[in-house]
Amino acid sequence: MKDKRLAQFILISGLLSAVVSVPLARAVSDAYKGNLYQMGTLKPIDSVLRVKVGDRAPDFTLPSVSGEKVSLSQFLGKKNAVLSFVPAAWTPVCSDQWPGYNVAKDIFNQYDTILLGITVDNIPTLFAWTNQMGQVWFPVLSDFWPHGAVAKRYGVLRSNGVSERALFVIDKKGILRYIDVHDINKRPALEDLMGALEKLK
Amino acid sequence: MKIILTALVLITFSISIQVLPALAANKPPEKGEALPVINLPVPKNAEERNYLGLSGGDLFKIPQIKARAVIVELFSMYCPFCQKDAARVNELYRLIESNPLLKNKIKLIGIGLGNSPYEVEVFKKTYDIPFPLFPDKDFVIHKVCGEVRTPYYMVVKINEDGTHQIVHTQLGNYPGADPFLGVVLEASGLNREEKERL
Repeated sequence: MKDKRLAQFILISGLLSAVVSVPLARAVSDAYKGNLYQMGTLKPIDSVLRVKVGDRAPDFTLPSVSGEKVSLSQFLGKKNAVLSFVPAAWTPVCSDQWPGYNVAKDIFNQYDTILLGITVDNIPTLFAWTNQMGQVWFPVLSDFWPHGAVAKRYGVLRSNGVSERALFVIDKKGILRYIDVHDINKRPALEDLMGALEKLK
Repeated sequence: MKIILTALVLITFSISIQVLPALAANKPPEKGEALPVINLPVPKNAEERNYLGLSGGDLFKIPQIKARAVIVELFSMYCPFCQKDAARVNELYRLIESNPLLKNKIKLIGIGLGNSPYEVEVFKKTYDIPFPLFPDKDFVIHKVCGEVRTPYYMVVKINEDGTHQIVHTQLGNYPGADPFLGVVLEASGLNREEKERL
C-alpha cells in the first residue's frame, strides 16, 4: 500500500514538474536587442495597498524625463488621469507595456485622459530607456528620491524597493475609480484599462 | 516493487522531456524547417477569408492558405520596431496586391504574440493594416516559435502537393517593401519560375 502511494506520488510529481518548469512567456521586442535584464519569475504582489476605490488620490509632484515637474493636482477638473507604475527600466514586461500605450494614444484622448508613467528609477536611466523605446507621448516621472515615496504613499512599493506593476484611474474630481495591482510578471491587458476608462464617461 | 518504481521514475522523466519541447520550442523556426504547429482561427470577415482562399471551418493551418508563398510577420502591438515598421509592411502588401502576377501567389499575415483580440484590433486600426492579423493571447504560438523576439518574419513556401517549408526567416531588420519582396521572390523560387515562363 505504501509502495503504491509512493508510485502515485512519483508519477504525479513528474507530470507536474513538466508543467511547472515551463517559464512564463513574455514577447520581447528586438528594439532592446540583448539589453533587457531578465528578472525571472517574481512574487506576484509584494505590498499592501494604502488607498482604495472611492478615496481621493494622494497628490504628488515628481520630476519628469522632459525636465519639468508634474503634479497630479494640475489635471484636476481638466483631465482624467491614469497612473501607470512599472517596476523597473530595462526589464522585459515593463519595456513593452508603455510602447503599447503609444499605440493607444487616440483611445486615451477619446476618454479625455492623461497617462502618467512612473518608476522608481532615476531620470538618466529613464531617459535612456524611453529613448530606446522610440519615446512615448506621455510624461514619464521619476519616483527615485525620496526613494519610492509616491509608490509607498499609494501602497505599491515592494520590499526590494521597486514598485508594483499597478494602474490607478483617477477621475477629473481627483477620485480613485479603478485600481489594478497586477501580477508583476504579467502585462495588464489593454482592454481592462480601457474598460475602466469607459466607465468614467 | 523496486523494478516497478524504477520504471515509473523513468517513464515520468521521459514524459517530462517529451512534453516540454512540445509546449515550448527552444529556438525560433528556421529556414529549411517545416512550421511548428500553428492553428489560427478562420477569419469571420469574408474579405479576409477570400484573401486567404479559405472556405470555412473554425481553424486553419498556414499551409492551407491558397498561395505559393506566405509571409508571416510575428509581431506584438507592444513592440516599438513592429510599430515603426507597420506602414512599410503595409507597402509590401500593396506592392504584391497591385501586381497581377503576384497577387494570387503571395499572401501576408501577422500574428500578435501575447496580444489579445482587442490589442490586435487596436494595432490594426492605428496603422490601418490591410492584411489579416491574428491574436495569440495566451502565448501559445510564441512558445512553439521558441519565444522569438519581435518582429520576426518567415517566408513559407507551399508546394503543389500540399507540403511546405520555411524558405526565409529574419529577426527585425525589415529593409522596406521592394527589397523584401525581392527576398521573398528569390527564396520561394517564384523569381526563377517567372524567368523560365518568359
